[in-house]
Amino acid sequence: MNPRIASALLCGVVVLLGSCQREKRDIRPAPTRLAIYGDAARESTLRPGGPVQPEQIVTNPYNHSAYDISEGQRLYNWYNCSGCHANGGGGIGPPLIKKDWIYGGQPANLFDTIVKGRPNGMPSWGGRIPEYQIWQIIAYVRSLNGEQPASATAGRADTIETNSQNLVNRTSGVTK
Amino acid sequence: MSRVAFLVLCACALTSCAGHQQSAVDPAGVQADRIAHLWWFFFCVLIAIFLAVMAFTLWTLTRRHRGIEQEPLESKHKPSEATESRLTRTVSGLVIATVLVLLVLLVSSITTGKNISELRDKQHGLIIETTGNQWWWQFRYLNDDSNEILITANEIHIPVGRPVMIRGMSQDVIHSFWVPNLHGKRDLIPSRITEEWIEADHPGAYRGQCAEYCGLQHAHMVFWVIAEPPEKFKHWFDSQLQPAATPTDPDKLRGQQVFLKNACVFCHAIRGTTAAAQNGPDLTHFGSRRTIAAGTLPNTPGNLGGWIVDPQNVKPGNHMATIAVNSEDLQPLIDYLESLK
Amino acid sequence: MNRSDHVTPTTGGEARELRLLEQAWRHPRGIFGWLSYTTHQAIGLRYIVTAFIFLLVGGIEALLMRIQLAVPNNTFLSPDRYNEIFTTHGTTMMFLFAVPVMEGMGIYLVPLMLGTRNVAFPRLNAFGYWMYLCGCIFLYWGVFTNAAPDAGWFAYPPLAGPQFDPGKRVDFWAQMITFTEVSAMCVAAELIATIFKMRAPGMTLNRIPLFCWSMLVQSFMVIFAMPSIMIASSFLLSDRTLGTHYVNPAEGGDPLLYQHVFWFFGHPEVYIIFIPALGFVSHIISAHSRRAVFGYPAMVLSVVATGFIGFGLWVHHMFATGLPQIGEAYFTASSMMIAIASGAQIFCWIATLWTGRLRMTTALHFVFGFIAIFVFGGLSGLVLASVPLDLQVHDTYFVVAHFHYVLIGGALFPLFGAFYHWFPKMTGRLLNEALGKLNFWVLFIGFNLTFFPMHILGLKGMTRRIYTYPPEMGWGAANHLATIGAAIIALGGLLFIANVLLSRRRGQIAGDDPWDADTLEWAASSPPANYNFEYLPVASSRSPLWDPPEERAIVTGLRNDRREALVTTLMDAEPHHRYVLPGPTIWPLITAIAVTVGFAGSVFNGWYIFWGAGLTGIGLIGWFWPRRPLELKP
Repeated sequence: MNPRIASALLCGVVVLLGSCQREKRDIRPAPTRLAIYGDAARESTLRPGGPVQPEQIVTNPYNHSAYDISEGQRLYNWYNCSGCHANGGGGIGPPLIKKDWIYGGQPANLFDTIVKGRPNGMPSWGGRIPEYQIWQIIAYVRSLNGEQPASATAGRADTIETNSQNLVNRTSGVTK
Repeated sequence: MSRVAFLVLCACALTSCAGHQQSAVDPAGVQADRIAHLWWFFFCVLIAIFLAVMAFTLWTLTRRHRGIEQEPLESKHKPSEATESRLTRTVSGLVIATVLVLLVLLVSSITTGKNISELRDKQHGLIIETTGNQWWWQFRYLNDDSNEILITANEIHIPVGRPVMIRGMSQDVIHSFWVPNLHGKRDLIPSRITEEWIEADHPGAYRGQCAEYCGLQHAHMVFWVIAEPPEKFKHWFDSQLQPAATPTDPDKLRGQQVFLKNACVFCHAIRGTTAAAQNGPDLTHFGSRRTIAAGTLPNTPGNLGGWIVDPQNVKPGNHMATIAVNSEDLQPLIDYLESLK
Repeated sequence: MNRSDHVTPTTGGEARELRLLEQAWRHPRGIFGWLSYTTHQAIGLRYIVTAFIFLLVGGIEALLMRIQLAVPNNTFLSPDRYNEIFTTHGTTMMFLFAVPVMEGMGIYLVPLMLGTRNVAFPRLNAFGYWMYLCGCIFLYWGVFTNAAPDAGWFAYPPLAGPQFDPGKRVDFWAQMITFTEVSAMCVAAELIATIFKMRAPGMTLNRIPLFCWSMLVQSFMVIFAMPSIMIASSFLLSDRTLGTHYVNPAEGGDPLLYQHVFWFFGHPEVYIIFIPALGFVSHIISAHSRRAVFGYPAMVLSVVATGFIGFGLWVHHMFATGLPQIGEAYFTASSMMIAIASGAQIFCWIATLWTGRLRMTTALHFVFGFIAIFVFGGLSGLVLASVPLDLQVHDTYFVVAHFHYVLIGGALFPLFGAFYHWFPKMTGRLLNEALGKLNFWVLFIGFNLTFFPMHILGLKGMTRRIYTYPPEMGWGAANHLATIGAAIIALGGLLFIANVLLSRRRGQIAGDDPWDADTLEWAASSPPANYNFEYLPVASSRSPLWDPPEERAIVTGLRNDRREALVTTLMDAEPHHRYVLPGPTIWPLITAIAVTVGFAGSVFNGWYIFWGAGLTGIGLIGWFWPRRPLELKP
């Protein structure tokens, strides 16, 4: 076959194929795409056309529970939240003791943040840690902000000194 | 009389528990042996004292109707001068005897205390850094060569006849390292390092338990000390130093993937994989251990499955997360973990 | 004038004086009046009854624990509930029963034995009781709101610290300590003042009854030991609520500091409980063997020595913490040395029994039980004093067995003996002897069945404070036996209550001195009048009631139209001056409530310290507002 005709045919095939996507007319959407997402952790309170349904209130099931705040404190360290957020003051990551939360500071917002992750470095923890532990961590973070009753919040942490230099001076029980 | 018989029976019961786990009167190490000897010495002395005191006390009951001192007592409520001076001499003598007995007990106690701390050959001792956690034990075999530092959990092997130093620390609250067949206990106190030397005389598996109340699962914070002949110990140690091999069997490989893609990696380490967290026990050679969850359950596949799926049922309050593992993922995971010998 | 000549007058000047006396000392009426009592008998009885109720509560907690431990791997109690129960059991028994009941017996008996009308500070006495009661209610308010303490009765940090024991549980514990220690210090202060300065004329130091010596030593121990635990519990409370770092290892604090400060109190505490019991034993033995206790100087010196040496033992609770060997050796020596003092007392008592003419009453049964059990417990204590042995048995059931032997044998058995001995004085009726002897045997057998196997359990490796144990350890049989024993002890307790209830209504009338005993309380009526003695007695010897009637004198000249007592000199008890005692008043209760508002509220919010202080100020103003003492018109 003539090379020019072959290449023209090839271009035509390519163009034809390319226009398949471009000129697609999907009149009927696929059934799997019909879901309406009711995101509980919205950022904006404006709803075009008025409110759709009563706002779903998502509260922390471990609110006000001293044991769960304490567990949240443990998990905060075990899962290395302190690696970026230190003890709430922030470091690599933003502080967690503040009034103006970028993605919202309500328990539902915090849940979303932890599950989905956020841009610029917040990992997505969904799919890894179970939901109840996320709520415990949220209870702890809220307690750092004074949003939990003082009677349920620990007065201070018992972070253990792990610098072995400081431990050397306290060696005891050495039996010769 | 019946009290005496009861006591003798109990003494027999005590001696009959020779061969029993976690018993202070069944020593398998040089220090526990010396302590047990001191115990039996104290036992004999103290029982003799008790029986003597009880004999005199009960004897007073037989004297109550004797008329010797009747008349002075009736009228003056005090016996004669002769009786009182006789009593004075007797009581003074008994007090002096008490002082002497106590001195003997004191000296024997201090002597034994010095003996148990003087293990020969300590410069060739093995040092195991023991960190108490709520509610499991981390052990690190220290070594100048960093490639020879073994980290394991809940079970240690030690060579028979060689002194081992337990260097105790705590990650959270006060715990106490106690393996009665080998030695007394030593508290593990946060911010301090406490030290205790132990040495096993015979091979065997010795059960130890945390002996300082440390929270919800203090009852289930058990560890095992396996004493082995030196060659066997070396073999164990070398194999424990090896990282876990990547499994070739597809089922176990799948198990490894389940492990790595779930929250397990946030707490547990398996050398040879990317999992390196130190929050929970090191699982590199989990399959070689006798028990799961610090002595709570024997290490069998069935128990492991039950433990992974619902740790709060077995050991309520412990810090292992409850992760919903799929039924298709559970068996491969169990197979993988049990293969880590 | 001597006692045997005296009959209650009905006419004439004496009768009028008696009426005035009764009126001056009359209890006020109504609920308000009942809350205002300041007589030592009423307050002593309140302490005893309240403490006894908490003995029962603590006993129920013990039964729950024993049910859980009866079989291996039992699921009767969850670990959290078990931890709360064993902590509350220990706390209730130590702070809400043992010390208060001894104080109550002291408050009741000491003024009677000394031959005076009331304690030196009656309003402080009432205040002390209300503080104790508020402490009990405070702790149990926590218990019933799922905030029972769960870190053990000694609450070591970091386990009892803010991170590892969240919520308010340990805060309730720590603040309850403050209540009960304030109460104990009040009682200690007034008993010391009473014993030193309000004795009957002629009651030289050499003639003070042995129970009063015990209470004197115990009161001094309270004054030196209680501040130590107030400091320790304040460290803990402050770390937990205010964010201080006294015992925070990460910031330079030290968990061992808490242990030292706690046990500096903790060891004397057990002697605070035990020393009054020694006094009971002396009195029971002397009354029921018809002779004075042998070796009075040795007895007094032993009690004083026990008090002193008791402060030098505390490190034996810490032998496993890795302290230097030589230090531990000193504490082994002192822990063994104290046995000399206790041993001397036992020998003196046996000598008394040996040469006395014994009357085998229930009270004397309990004394024999005491000797058996306490000596056994003391000997197991020598095992614990030895460092190598302690390293094996510390924190095991061996220790549990030891301290129950010394506390129940050394304090509870004498206490029951004391109840049987002094019940006739307190109520006017004798407790039933047959039921009493059955009571004794049930308690004795039940106790030994429960606690003797625990020695063996400890040696076989069973650690303390575990909510369950596996079947393969071989601990099941002994535990099962112990649970059965606990049920028998409970039966013994019920028998005692039955005896009390029966005898209150239908017991044999006792009269003033059913036992023909020797000390002054038996000269008062049974039950004593509010003023104790119409004429205060003079102490003619150590056993005044056994002196021939012509040697026994009384004091005349105190006013009867107001509440008066006699203050005497310290050494020789010569009359010094007349002392006006306050009448009934509601202000101690109001002040106690004010202090409670401050203490209880501050656990939740620091500002309550200020509200409490303000209210307390008001209470104290009312308390000390100058008033003329009530003077009756004849």
